[in-house]
Amino acid sequence: MNISIDVQEQEQQTTITLAGEIDAYTAPKLRETAFPYTEKKEANLVVDLSGVTYMDSTGLGVFVGLFKSLNANDGTMQLVGLSDRLKRLFDITGLADIMNINSGSEGGV
Amino acid sequence: MTYADYVEMKIPAKPEFVGITRLTLSGIASRMGFSYDTIEDLKIATSEAITNAVQHAYKGEEGEVLIGFRLYEDHLEVVVSDSGNSFNFKETKEALGPYTEKSVEFLREGGLGLYLIETLMDEVKVHQNEGITLFMTKYLEGEQVERDAETIST
Repeated sequence: MNISIDVQEQEQQTTITLAGEIDAYTAPKLRETAFPYTEKKEANLVVDLSGVTYMDSTGLGVFVGLFKSLNANDGTMQLVGLSDRLKRLFDITGLADIMNINSGSEGGV
Repeated sequence: MTYADYVEMKIPAKPEFVGITRLTLSGIASRMGFSYDTIEDLKIATSEAITNAVQHAYKGEEGEVLIGFRLYEDHLEVVVSDSGNSFNFKETKEALGPYTEKSVEFLREGGLGLYLIETLMDEVKVHQNEGITLFMTKYLEGEQVERDAETIST
């Protein structure tokens, strides 16, 4: 019942790889760690969710916050590796229409 | 209607205990024969209810959240109650829903919890007195169609 957050900064983009559960307890840690990477000008953030086993609205709230911050700084966010479960969460909340989401780690499945 | 079993747990109103409730719920729901997907839905709805209690009812103050599981033959009722300061449930609920905004800067960062509860559960009832008590029901597959029709607006 915890989360691991791995950040890799490359020239063109920052990749954040998440594993574990995103809920009321872990969402604040995620926000705190990821937010600084959204505040640079024209940042490209890739978030790999393939290791996420549970997520609820607290996690969605974090991604909305990151997305807004990136947008305000002309950056982009891409969510990759979503399981069917996670994809469904973004679908039923309407976020799938707003954000750039790829299910499956290779863009397939 | 009679029910056979009742399981109850009381947790401190702190975010680190929400996940512990999910473990208990998973065990109960899988024993009842719910499918993997339905168990995941139950976990989200229940977590949302507890998160609401932790974040809204007590606003950082000490408190407890009571979670009850009523195991019926064809459905599970999850009851989440707090005794904290009630937020206006109806008003809060009406202000929420799926994202339809086209403009990114107006996107809300929270408040999807109640919407998810209503979407993922078959029946949801609210009692509001000193605190808030949420009754959430999920039917085992194949039992829910008729029930939905008669109790959708409780």
